[in-house]
Amino acid sequence: MEKQEYTITLYTENSIGMIGRISTIFSRRKINIESLNTSPSEAEGIHRFTIVIHETEDVVRKLCRQIEKQVEVLKAYYNTNDEVIWQEQALYKVPTEIVTQKAPVERLLRQYGASAVVIRNDYTVFETAGHREEIDALTEALAEYNLIEFVRSARIAIIKDSEGFHKKLKEFEEAEPAAEVVENRYLDKQDKVFTM
Amino acid sequence: MNTLEITTNIASSQQEEKATTQLSGSQAVLEALLAEGVDTIFGYPGGAIMPIYDALYDYNDRLKHILVRHEQGGVHAAQGYARTSGRVGVVFATSGPGATNLVTGLADAQIDSNPIVCITGQVFAHLLGTDAFQETDVINITTPVTKWNYQVTDACEIPTALAKAFHIARTGRPGPVLIDITKNAQLQLFAYEGYNVCNHIRSYRPKPIVRKEYVEQAAALINEAQKPFVLFGQGVILGKAEADLKAFIEKAGIPAAATVMGLSALETDHPLHVGMLGMHGNYAPNVLTNECDVLIAIGMRFDDRVTGRLDKYAKQAKVIHLDIDPAEIDKNVKATVPVWGDCKETLPLLTKLVAHREHTEWLARFRQLEQEEINEVIHEELNPTTDVMTMGEVIKILNELTGGDAVIVTDVGQHQMVACRYAKFNRSKSNVTSGGLGTMGFGLPAAIGAWHGTPDRTVVAIIGDGGIQMTIQELGTIMQFGAKVKILILNNSFLGMVRQWQQLFHDKRYSFVNITSPDFVTVAKGYNIPGRSVKERSDLQQALQEMVDHDGAFLLEVMVGKENNVFPMVPQGSSVSEIRLK
Repeated sequence: MEKQEYTITLYTENSIGMIGRISTIFSRRKINIESLNTSPSEAEGIHRFTIVIHETEDVVRKLCRQIEKQVEVLKAYYNTNDEVIWQEQALYKVPTEIVTQKAPVERLLRQYGASAVVIRNDYTVFETAGHREEIDALTEALAEYNLIEFVRSARIAIIKDSEGFHKKLKEFEEAEPAAEVVENRYLDKQDKVFTM
Repeated sequence: MNTLEITTNIASSQQEEKATTQLSGSQAVLEALLAEGVDTIFGYPGGAIMPIYDALYDYNDRLKHILVRHEQGGVHAAQGYARTSGRVGVVFATSGPGATNLVTGLADAQIDSNPIVCITGQVFAHLLGTDAFQETDVINITTPVTKWNYQVTDACEIPTALAKAFHIARTGRPGPVLIDITKNAQLQLFAYEGYNVCNHIRSYRPKPIVRKEYVEQAAALINEAQKPFVLFGQGVILGKAEADLKAFIEKAGIPAAATVMGLSALETDHPLHVGMLGMHGNYAPNVLTNECDVLIAIGMRFDDRVTGRLDKYAKQAKVIHLDIDPAEIDKNVKATVPVWGDCKETLPLLTKLVAHREHTEWLARFRQLEQEEINEVIHEELNPTTDVMTMGEVIKILNELTGGDAVIVTDVGQHQMVACRYAKFNRSKSNVTSGGLGTMGFGLPAAIGAWHGTPDRTVVAIIGDGGIQMTIQELGTIMQFGAKVKILILNNSFLGMVRQWQQLFHDKRYSFVNITSPDFVTVAKGYNIPGRSVKERSDLQQALQEMVDHDGAFLLEVMVGKENNVFPMVPQGSSVSEIRLK
C-alpha cells in the first residue's frame, strides 16, 4: 500500500497533557507529525485535534485504534485529502519599499489573494490562506524580494461528509450509549483490512 | 444580631444541609480504598507521601500495608496479588526516585493487562517544575506505561480521581493507573461529601458491543471446519470465562492450546488441552497452527513470541479473533471474522451456535506429534539418564507433591519456560509470570503479592540464579510480613537463556552470562528464612517435600545442569512450523 497524506481528526476531552499522550503514539512508531492543530470543536467542552501524517492506510487505521484507546479520546477519524476541505494560513513580512516599488510583488500578492494585515513604513505583513502548495509557491516567489519573516500554520480541516459532533456527544454522555459510539469504526472496514 | 452571629448561623445551616465532614486529602485517599474494597497495600513511604502514611497510621486496622524493599517490588507484588485474587492491586510510593522505581513494574503490568492503582506522592503544587527535592515529572514519565494517569493538586479532586482510577484499572482490558497527589492536596482539609463509585466516563468505552452477525459468521466457519484449533490467552482469565471456554471447546470438540499468559485457564489434564504455544511451547500446537483450517483466538494478542514469522503464520487458515480490545483486532494477524467484545459474553453466544462435533482424527494428529516431542525432548528432560539434574525433573516432582494445586510464580528465563511447559495446573489464576515484558526480578516480589492474594494456597516461586539477585532484598518483606512463599531457585550458574542463544546463534561466544551467586541458603538464613541446597539427585525428592511441607517461607536451591537448553524452540525469524526439537 502506498503512503499518502492523511488528515486525522480527534475529538477529545480538554485535559492537560493531551498533546503529549497523542504525540507519543506517533513518536513511539517513529512517525513524523507533519502538522498538528488543536482547537475547540463545534461541541462545547470538546477539543478537536487535526493531525496530518504521511503514511499508508494500514498504519493510519492502527494508529487511530490506538488513539481511541486513550481514556480521554472520544473519537478518532482519518480522511484522505479528497475527503476534507482544508486550509493552512501563512503570514509574510516583507519590506514595504519593495511592495511599493516592485510591480511583480504586487502582482504576486494579487495572484495569491494575499491581504495586508499591518502596513508600516519599514515593513508590511501579508496574510494568505490555502493549500500548502500555494503557500509554498508564494513563499518561494517572495524569497527573491527580501522576505524578512515567514510562518505557516498547521492544517485545519473540515470533513466533507461529517454531521458534526453534537449528536454523538449526547450519545457518549448516555450511560448506555448507542452502538456506533461503543464500537471502533475501523473494525467494520473488512474489505480494506491489513494483510502481511 | 451582630455580624458574627449572622455568619455563624449561615455556616451552621449550610452544614446541616450538606452534612459534610472535614477530611484531609490523605484521609480521602484511604476512605476511597476502603470504599473500593481494598484490604492490602504494597508500598514504601517517603517525604512527599508522608501525609498519606500519617493517615494510614489510623487506618491500620482496616488496611494492611506491606512494606516492600523497593518500589519495583511493590508493583510486582501488586501484580501477583491481582493475578491470584482477581482484584485491583494497590501501590503507594513517594515522589522522585520512589515514583521512577515504579516504571518497570508499570510497564510489566501494562503489557500483561494487570489491574493496578498506584498512588504516588508529589512535591507541593507551588514547587512543580522547579526541580524541587525529589521532584520528577511522574505523569509524563509514566504516560506510555499506564492505561491512564492523573495529577491531583487539590484535595477536592481526590474522591473523583480515585473512583475513575479504579474504574479504568479494572474494566475493559485491565491495566495500571497512576494517581500523583501533591503534598499540599494530601494535607488540605476539604468538605468531604462521600465516595461515589465510578461506572461511566463519557470518553471511555471499556468494551465494544457484541455483534451477533460476527458471532454467527464465526459459528458457521467453525461448523464447516475439519481442523479447527483454539488458542486461548489471559483474556479468558481476566473475563472470568474459564467455564465458558471449556463448554465451547467441549461442545465443538476443538483442541485448544494456551499462551504463556493463558496457562491455567483450562486445566492441564483436560483431554482437549494440547499444550502451550510459542517460542518454547509444545511441538504439536506450533506445527499444527500451520495446518489447521480455522484458527480461533480467544483473549490473546498474537505476540511475536507466539507467532514467529508473521508472513508464514497460519496463512492457510481462516482466523476468528475474540478480543475485548479493538486495537488488537488485525494488529498482527488479519481476522477473517472479528468477534470483538468480552469473551464472557461472546463465548456462550458462540457455544450456542456451534454443532456438537468430535474431531477425533485431528486431535489424534496433536497426540501423535506430542509423542514425537515426548520421545525427543520431554522424556529425557523429566527422567534424565545422566547424573546432571534438569529443571524439568524438579518441576515433575513438584507436580507430584502439590498435585497441580499450587500457584506457580516464575521469574524470566529458562526456568520460566521449563516451569510453564511442565507445571500442572488444576485451577485458574495459578500461573503468575512476566509474559509480555519479560522482567527479570519479577518472581520474588510477585510471589509475595500472589500469596497475599490467596493466602490459603501453596505459592511456589520458581526463580533462576540471575533473576533472584535482581530483587533478592524482598526476602526482607517476607521476613517482616510472613508471606509463606516457597522459593525454588533453579541454579545453573549462568544467565541461562542468554547463554542458550549465545550457544545456538553466536558460536558459543559466552559473553557475560557467567554469573556467580552468593550462598543463597546463608542469605535466607540472614532473613530468618530456612532453606537448603541440593546438589545430588538422591536428595531432591526429600528436599522438595520439606519445602512444600514447611509451614512458612522456605528457600530451596537446586543445582541443575549448567548448559542445558530449553527445547523445542522456534528460532527468531522462523515460522512456527520450523520449530526445532533439538
